[in-house]
Amino acid sequence: MNFIKKFFDKTRPTFSEGGKLHALRSVYEGFESFLLVPNTTSKSGVSIHDAIDSKRIMSMVVIALMPAMLFGMYNIGYQHYMAAGLDGSLMEMFAYGLLALLPKIVVSYAVGLGIEFVVAQYKHEEIQEGYLVTGLIVPLILPINCPLWMMALAIAFAVIFAKEIFGGTGMNIFNVALVARAFLFFSYSGKMTGDEVWVANESILGLGKDLPDTFTCATPLAEVGSGQMSASLNDMVVGLIPGSVGETSVIAIALGAALLLWTGIASWKTMLSVFVGGGLTAALFHATGSTPIEWYEHLVLGGFCFGAVFMATDPVTSARTEGGKYIYGFLIGVIAILVRVLNPGYPEGMMLAILFMNLFAPLIDYFFVQHNINRRLKRIKN
Amino acid sequence: MIKHFKLKKGLDINLKGHAPHSVKAVPTKGIYSVMPNDFYGFKPKPVVKEGDSVLAGDALFINKEIPELKVVAPVSGTVTAVVRGERRKLLSIDVEAGSEQRYKSFDVKCSTGEDVKALLLEAGLFAFIRQRPYDIVANPNDTPKGIFVSTFSKMPLAQDFSFALQGEEAYLQAGINALAKIAKVHVGVSPEQEDVMCSLLPDTDIYVFSGPNPAGNVGVQINHISPVNKGEVVWAIGAEEVVFIGRLVKEGHVDLTRTIAVAGGEVKEPTYCKTLVGAPLAALLHDNLKRNEHIRIINGNPLVGIKTDINGHLAAKVTEVTVIPEGDDKDEVLGWIMPRLKDFSTNRSYFTWLQGKKKEYNLDARIKGGERHIIMSGEYDRYLPMDIYGGYLIKAILTGDLDRMEALGIYEVAPEDFAVAEFADSSKLELQRIVREGLDLLRKEG
Repeated sequence: MNFIKKFFDKTRPTFSEGGKLHALRSVYEGFESFLLVPNTTSKSGVSIHDAIDSKRIMSMVVIALMPAMLFGMYNIGYQHYMAAGLDGSLMEMFAYGLLALLPKIVVSYAVGLGIEFVVAQYKHEEIQEGYLVTGLIVPLILPINCPLWMMALAIAFAVIFAKEIFGGTGMNIFNVALVARAFLFFSYSGKMTGDEVWVANESILGLGKDLPDTFTCATPLAEVGSGQMSASLNDMVVGLIPGSVGETSVIAIALGAALLLWTGIASWKTMLSVFVGGGLTAALFHATGSTPIEWYEHLVLGGFCFGAVFMATDPVTSARTEGGKYIYGFLIGVIAILVRVLNPGYPEGMMLAILFMNLFAPLIDYFFVQHNINRRLKRIKN
Repeated sequence: MIKHFKLKKGLDINLKGHAPHSVKAVPTKGIYSVMPNDFYGFKPKPVVKEGDSVLAGDALFINKEIPELKVVAPVSGTVTAVVRGERRKLLSIDVEAGSEQRYKSFDVKCSTGEDVKALLLEAGLFAFIRQRPYDIVANPNDTPKGIFVSTFSKMPLAQDFSFALQGEEAYLQAGINALAKIAKVHVGVSPEQEDVMCSLLPDTDIYVFSGPNPAGNVGVQINHISPVNKGEVVWAIGAEEVVFIGRLVKEGHVDLTRTIAVAGGEVKEPTYCKTLVGAPLAALLHDNLKRNEHIRIINGNPLVGIKTDINGHLAAKVTEVTVIPEGDDKDEVLGWIMPRLKDFSTNRSYFTWLQGKKKEYNLDARIKGGERHIIMSGEYDRYLPMDIYGGYLIKAILTGDLDRMEALGIYEVAPEDFAVAEFADSSKLELQRIVREGLDLLRKEG
């Protein structure tokens, strides 16, 4: 492994201030610290440090997203082959999905990390890892037929206006991936909802076949709105239903959730509260006859699980006080179901619920912190 | 009165190289150096010059702002240097120890609190008392609401005070009794010390704290016993420094002998050393280091201690000297994704949780990550067993918001209380420095 060090030692002058390629300094440093742990030691403060850092944390989230991503790839192929009436092997279907999704992931990282590199260079800071997670989440929460250029535009908008102008990872108010999705949802709703976007409709490198333009396929959640749901509970849990790429399989998401909870990167308080809030609200609506499906079907349908596991728990945009996390999560669950049920179109409520609560998280925290402050003030008076 | 507290928050870090219970005597010779930096808040003014001969207990420098506050020589001998740095800042006063130690004798009169104060000021031991708020040397003109002493530390590789106390019990009693004349004394002990301390100090309020590091921090204990409110002052003093006071009261002279732990993964044979404040570290570590390069010698423990080198001197208020690998010679490929079985982490993406609490780690001084904004929530609160929102306090300090710092309880904390949180922080912020800056800012504005 010595050659890596030698390589970086040799090329360092080129990228340092005054070197030929110093405009790429942030990229160079990003790659160096990615490949080699910097042996910078502390000058003041504690002399020893925990081995955890934000690179590790973000990588864990990326790993946690893997089952959902891999299953999403398979499901893209599965849905296409079903729609086309083709008989494909598991590998064929997966390969089709891989080819359909890979360009999205590549473009997502290229655009988002590109902006991060430029900002890091401009601010003379290290590259922040936050986008590693956002960059994978965005393709997973979009329908497969969303055009690449739209996604690229949405990502650029979200990274610049939802993150960088606030000061970068850790300072943003809204979940960046959801801002990208919301941007698309409101700007190009035709490509985000409806019955044409959920099944890949083209042949890729000889795999699959072109579907007729008239082909449509609704998500089970949309079918609930029109009163005729065809998917079984089993399909919904396993995930072989049309939907955004990564959101369909409850099992795959549960694997990711297990890793996030075990490593403590996601808060169990937030995650649990989302399900409790959503479950109770859905049960209430079912009891009053406002929704035809059971509460547990609400929880496994659409983006509820994916949002609860990967986006409600985003530590930056969620409530930061321990007590606040319960309220924050609970209200996300409540609002997500509210949006679904009280709206005749049955759109996905999770995105709006999380963004809405992102806005209120500081307010929730305010009450908890203020309680602590008041206790301190009261102590003086006594 | 005995009261028990069970603390849950915190973290014990088991480092390699604990000092076993055996003492090595270190002969008093060479240059002893007393550094004003160890007495935070002091505006030092030297009262000796090069070539002066001093007795152990003679003043070396005083505080310009409160001239009765002084720091005295740990040894008798000749002043060899008054070392100044940039802008003539006094860095240290060096005294070469004479062949025979002679002590200045003091007229011990301890019938009232004022007598004790005057004696401690005269003998330079008052400078060892720290105050909250601000964590600076106490002001003798204040009336503290209490004096707090913690007799244990849970910091990694810290001195075991129960061991250091052996043979000095009578001095501890005398010291506590003297301090009790000034204000009510509260002693925080560990569960293991409960019986000994209760029989040694039957008339003192004893508080038993169980739980992980930083349960031994006096600041944490104050927060549970009687939190500092705005406008109040409390004093705190190290347990071994109470022994200094006891020696002064009983013997009539200043004897700054400590039993310090020399510990850490880079020490050949960890041990306890009986030595004096300001002692040359070379004498303590002589022939006892595994290697001479790529190591870090720390005045104090690895969490709150100050980095120094082999030519350094024992800082005034530390109870251990630790040596750990520096780690600047290590190149780790893709470390952020590796299992890193030898590393310690609070995060379960590493395998510390699997290796049991008995495993000893030889951690080096690498930061192992870049500095980021605060990303994870609640990370500081998990290691801060106080009724304080650590993350919010840190943010208030970073934004320089004085009112909010006050409201969030900055008066109750000292930098050392954030040491464990700084260790575990995934954003790698220098929390102790940030808290120190907040306290300094508040002191300047207030």
